[in-house]
Amino acid sequence: MSRRPYQREMTSEWIFRHPRYLRYMTREFSCLFIGAWTLMLVCALARLSEGPEAWAAFLEGLKSPEVVVFHVVALAFAVYHSVTWFNLTPKALPLQMGDEFVPDGAISGAHFAAWGVVSLVLLYLAGAF
Amino acid sequence: MGERTIDLEVLRYNPETDSEPHFQRYSVPCREEWVVLDALNHVKEAIDPTLSYRWSCHMAVCGSCGMMINGEPKLACKAFVRDYEGIIRVEPLAHFPVERDLVTVIDDFMDKLKRVRPYIIPRQVKAVAHGEHLQTPAELNKFKQYSMCINCMLCYAACPEYGLIPKYIGPAAIALAHRYNQDSRDGGRAQRQEEIAATEGAWECSFVGACSDVCPEHVDPAGAIQQVKIRSTVDWYKEHLMPWLKP
Repeated sequence: MSRRPYQREMTSEWIFRHPRYLRYMTREFSCLFIGAWTLMLVCALARLSEGPEAWAAFLEGLKSPEVVVFHVVALAFAVYHSVTWFNLTPKALPLQMGDEFVPDGAISGAHFAAWGVVSLVLLYLAGAF
Repeated sequence: MGERTIDLEVLRYNPETDSEPHFQRYSVPCREEWVVLDALNHVKEAIDPTLSYRWSCHMAVCGSCGMMINGEPKLACKAFVRDYEGIIRVEPLAHFPVERDLVTVIDDFMDKLKRVRPYIIPRQVKAVAHGEHLQTPAELNKFKQYSMCINCMLCYAACPEYGLIPKYIGPAAIALAHRYNQDSRDGGRAQRQEEIAATEGAWECSFVGACSDVCPEHVDPAGAIQQVKIRSTVDWYKEHLMPWLKP
């Protein structure tokens, strides 16, 4: 009897095999928007360094509908990215107190709380309220 | 007890006659409490004795009957037919070469398992006369869940990283290495690091998390892999920024 194992090819269809793979790819894909927004932040710093007129022109450019839409989409992806990662923190950072481990919700909850506080501080520093 | 006829679509591959696998359909009269493994056993006993598949315990302990059921890695002995509607498609575990029908070649996993040294490498050699190695409940809880692994390889079939990068050492092997690293009786972490802290070790993982989702024993390999990454990173910083700490 001869052995002739057959290696089945893996096609890109794996992404659609189960919703978890699609959720994972969405999380990975979100990096592109976060990266693009970060690049825009670098451009903003460059304009700022060029003087008040360049900075004013940059701010004016932010008001265009395309840029507003981009910001809304990037924010949605950034929130999805952050929420999915914070939900995973109990796996990476289990905390044992005594014999038992701290419940997952407490670890991810602490991250969400810290995120909320930091966001409020930033908004305060930015003069939002 | 209710009975219904289900259609099983099974991937068949005979290395002696087939150039590639193909699906074959069987109509199987199933009882309410049957699992997919019962249906396969019925096919083997009453319809087609040439069908090949692995199984042993029929109670989710031996880890032999892992297969893709409607595209999802499952133990055939734990997948109740009543939970499926329409045709049930049964294929060999994804990402492994097919030996024959539902039987896969598992040499790659066995080799990787061996490489991570999944056994206690004593921290301190202690003669039997000096008594047992005591362990507190807290020390036991550090690794207990990982010791539930039955080597069924469902996590490898669920992991796209393993499918794309076969050199990746994979979820179960890393989880088992982590299990022994977490054991208070063990002193073999440095030896295991050569395998699990390498590029093709934990760093190949991009945290899809599918391994933990499909584990029939509720082990969390995805968590183990992230913890290995964190400890390996701490190792690196200690070695490069605080060399005086090196033992």
